[in-house]
Amino acid sequence: MHTLSLSRFSRRSFAAAVGLSALTLANISQAATPAELMAGYTAQSGSPAVVARGQQFFTTRHGREWSCSTCHGAVPTQAGKHASTGKSIQALAPAVNLERFTDSAKTEKWFRRNCNDVLGRECSAAEKADVLAWLLTLKP
Amino acid sequence: MPFALNSPCRLSLFGLLATLVLARAAFADDHHSPRVQLLPKYKNECASCHEAFAPGMLPAESWRRLMNNLPKHFGTDASLDPATLKELTAWLATHAGTGKYAREEPPEDRITRAAWFVRKHREVSSTSWKSPAVKSAANCGACHTGSDQGDFNEHGVRIPR
Ligand code: HEC
Ligand code: HEC
Ligand code: HEC
Repeated sequence: MHTLSLSRFSRRSFAAAVGLSALTLANISQAATPAELMAGYTAQSGSPAVVARGQQFFTTRHGREWSCSTCHGAVPTQAGKHASTGKSIQALAPAVNLERFTDSAKTEKWFRRNCNDVLGRECSAAEKADVLAWLLTLKP
Repeated sequence: MPFALNSPCRLSLFGLLATLVLARAAFADDHHSPRVQLLPKYKNECASCHEAFAPGMLPAESWRRLMNNLPKHFGTDASLDPATLKELTAWLATHAGTGKYAREEPPEDRITRAAWFVRKHREVSSTSWKSPAVKSAANCGACHTGSDQGDFNEHGVRIPR
């Protein structure tokens, strides 16, 4: 009787501990790895990313003045330059710049803004997955 | 003959010195000019595409208008999430310009179009403005080596060529 109630207690506190750590994880869910973000976009789009399509998307214009490369360079393992202000922009490729694609809110904010500037709309999950897949193939 | 040539020369040299002294006296005034510790979030959000402009360089109304139009910010989308937008708008309003920095809401709410700005930069040649290292008048740091500290003192000015 005594043992039983004890084990019931510990089972309950175990469940509570699991719940708590899940909550903690949720609180810091903005921190991510490029691979996790990539997996997220792929899951959202429902089909695998295509590296070549990502490169094509990034380096060509979409009916407006700028392509992604205008500011980030055709091969974003190097620093880019803002098209209108000239301010230097650190490399976008995660292999060169370890801070890239490690904060989902930041990544989403810039996808939203830059896609709007380049395409006049937000990028789809598939487009984001393609671009990120390509960036992940770039080595220093 | 040499005297004839010399004296206007000396005169204009005197004129130049006098101007410099007067100019210095005028600049001394500006040493109340806006120097404020920049909010880290402001630096984070408003210094990715250009440097972080000192809040004291525009009147509150200009900042408010700029902040209300971030999705269409000088030809680019600089939109923010609502909470950050609110926080930064309030901070800018608190530290906005006073005195001569608030005498007008400059065209396009650009610091670089304000009368005081144009006056202070009268002597900068058009070649300097157009140099690739400057590119835009808003690129203060290209010439003001201390601009990231809010320091626009003449001693820190280096015009790139
Ligand atoms: C007008 C200039 C400009 C253009 C065009 C542009 N970007 Fe950017 N991009 C920036 C700037 C500025 C930053 C933020 C600076 C920084 O973080 O160093 C940025 C950051 C990003 C980031 C954030 C990455 C991270 O997590 O740190 C992504 C993703 C991105 N850009 C993707 C794109 C894509 C995709 C396109 C084309 C659709 C594009 N950009 C076009 C200027 C531009
Ligand atoms: C996505 C890029 C981007 C971001 C983010 C951004 N700006 Fe700008 N901003 C620009 C561009 C482009 C210009 C025009 C620059 C030029 O003409 O040289 C500009 C110009 C300005 C000017 C006028 C400069 C002048 O000519 O006197 C002010 C003031 C300004 N921005 C404030 C802000 C504030 C405040 C924020 C943060 C809420 C911000 N900017 C964030 C792109 C950006
Ligand atoms: C092409 C170079 C250049 C650029 C870019 C530039 N300035 Fe200047 N600025 C100067 C020069 C030269 C002076 C006059 C130096 C002096 O004798 O005080 C000056 C003077 C000033 C002064 C007066 C300094 C004083 O002590 O009274 C202020 C304030 C100032 N600049 C602010 C700015 C701001 C803010 C920006 C960006 C929005 C900017 N400047 C961009 C070159 C530049």
